[in-house]
Amino acid sequence: MSGVEIDILLLSAKVALAAIAFSLVPAFAVAWLLARRRFAGRALLEGLVALPLVLPPVVTGFALLLLFGARGPLGQLFENLFGLTFAFRWTGAALAAGVMAFPLIVRPIRLSLEAVDQGLEEAAATLGADRMVVFLTVTLPLALPGLLAGAVLGFAKALGEFGATITFVSNIPGETQTLSLAIYALLQSPEGDAAALRLILLSIVLALGAVLASEWVARSLAKRLNDGNP
Amino acid sequence: MGILEVDISGRVGNFTIVAQFCARPGVTALFGRSGAGKSTILKMIAGTVRPERGRISSARRVLFDSDAAVDLPPRTRGIGFVFQEGRLFPHMTVRRNLTYARWAGGRRGERRFDEVVALLGLEKHLNRHPATLSGGERQRVAIGRALLAEPEILLMDEPLSSLDRERRADILPYLEVVASQARIPILYVSHETDEVAQLADRVVAVEGGKVRAIGTPAEILRHDRQDGGEPVSILEGRVTERDERYGTITAMAGGATIELPEDALAVGSHVRLRIRASDVAIAITPQAGLSIRNQLAGTIETVERFGTFAEVTVSVGSERIVSRVTSKSADALGLVAGKPVFALVKVVSVEHGRLLRAD
Repeated sequence: MSGVEIDILLLSAKVALAAIAFSLVPAFAVAWLLARRRFAGRALLEGLVALPLVLPPVVTGFALLLLFGARGPLGQLFENLFGLTFAFRWTGAALAAGVMAFPLIVRPIRLSLEAVDQGLEEAAATLGADRMVVFLTVTLPLALPGLLAGAVLGFAKALGEFGATITFVSNIPGETQTLSLAIYALLQSPEGDAAALRLILLSIVLALGAVLASEWVARSLAKRLNDGNP
Repeated sequence: MGILEVDISGRVGNFTIVAQFCARPGVTALFGRSGAGKSTILKMIAGTVRPERGRISSARRVLFDSDAAVDLPPRTRGIGFVFQEGRLFPHMTVRRNLTYARWAGGRRGERRFDEVVALLGLEKHLNRHPATLSGGERQRVAIGRALLAEPEILLMDEPLSSLDRERRADILPYLEVVASQARIPILYVSHETDEVAQLADRVVAVEGGKVRAIGTPAEILRHDRQDGGEPVSILEGRVTERDERYGTITAMAGGATIELPEDALAVGSHVRLRIRASDVAIAITPQAGLSIRNQLAGTIETVERFGTFAEVTVSVGSERIVSRVTSKSADALGLVAGKPVFALVKVVSVEHGRLLRAD
């Protein structure tokens, strides 16, 4: 692998990891609300979460540009509060990837939370545990497979995000040019095919590795939960 | 220790619960058919279902009082709850399950972990996960977990109903030991006559969401006709004789001497005998040439007729035995209150359980 390829890979990993790291907690919170609470506006929240999945990525990217761009209301807010800018930065690529991956992270977490037997939480309460302790000792561990599945799925999605990213933060080598953007750029140039092919193979290996790893993690977790003896 | 006092009413869906009773240390059974509201009453005591009005108090605290706006959450009610389905935490070992109230619930007390583990025979299973346990073992863990929560009241919601007959028989002796050692009120919900007959000190009969009667197991079960069930006579006594050769014992119960099949109990043990009304025949003279060995001389107390059948209550010493015969035989034999008769009970139809509490 060439130095450029390694840089592209590291940048992609950085973007995808940042995307997951910052969306996991809000995704869990949203999944919990959808799985456990009945409230006004629940359907609206549900639709909002699914939106990036059904909207053309270009539209999502443009919306991000309007909101988080240098002159966007949220962009200015973040710059004033944390000194954080998104426009044409890798942070923007991470934001785009996180938003696009969000529905994919929420869904498995929500499913696993719905599968947690609330009778177990009730049992924990009769044994003296308060709500926080019940959550940490019963709900969270039992929802862990879903959390992991969501993280892996979201990571894979973030790694391959293209449309929203290129619309929001453009295709800047070394800053916002992740794996799929680099492949796209190479395919645009007349003699880039060979280099593109190498990156394509790399991304196949990465994707396959992620899927196998998540399978393995899910299976060993399920084993621990179901027939004991880890 | 103290008494649990319950005086509540409330609606759940379109079902009305009205319950007033108290439970002393020992086992109080909430007895009634499925859907009678027993479990709902238990949940109201546990705090997972809210009554509309009334008051619930244990020795140390008021759990619920609608007048004083007291409604403690389940975790501060000082209860132990054994659920029908066990509800063990699948991701924890048996040991972690048992000690949950200590490490997660902050409950502390004098009950020793080793003692509870030994009491329920769980020594070999501590490092296993619930999924690898049998149904009976799981329920034993559930009972242990509730005991180790240092409860002031132990609530058990049909803990044996998820088990088959054999497992039930396996676990009943453990419950019996728990009951015999308890210095707290245990509320035991069940629709099984046998369990109630064996475990309960007092029975609260529940029907249609309301308390129908409160009494000893003998008093309540003697009149139990719910669900096409039949009355069961309960007699408490002491083993006076053992016949090693034939594997039978003789028990004295309130002046009645009854032989029954049993080969493990020692002379002097306390037993509780159960005899179904349809297993009891009536004779007006002593019978010879009959295989039935228990012939108990007594006097008819009442004769109640229900169409084809009649239920004859015979007092034998200080005990009572109910017999179900046809109205036809009742008339043919001229069975009326005050008549001296013999209650005939086959040895093989006497069921029993050891009563540890009285030992």
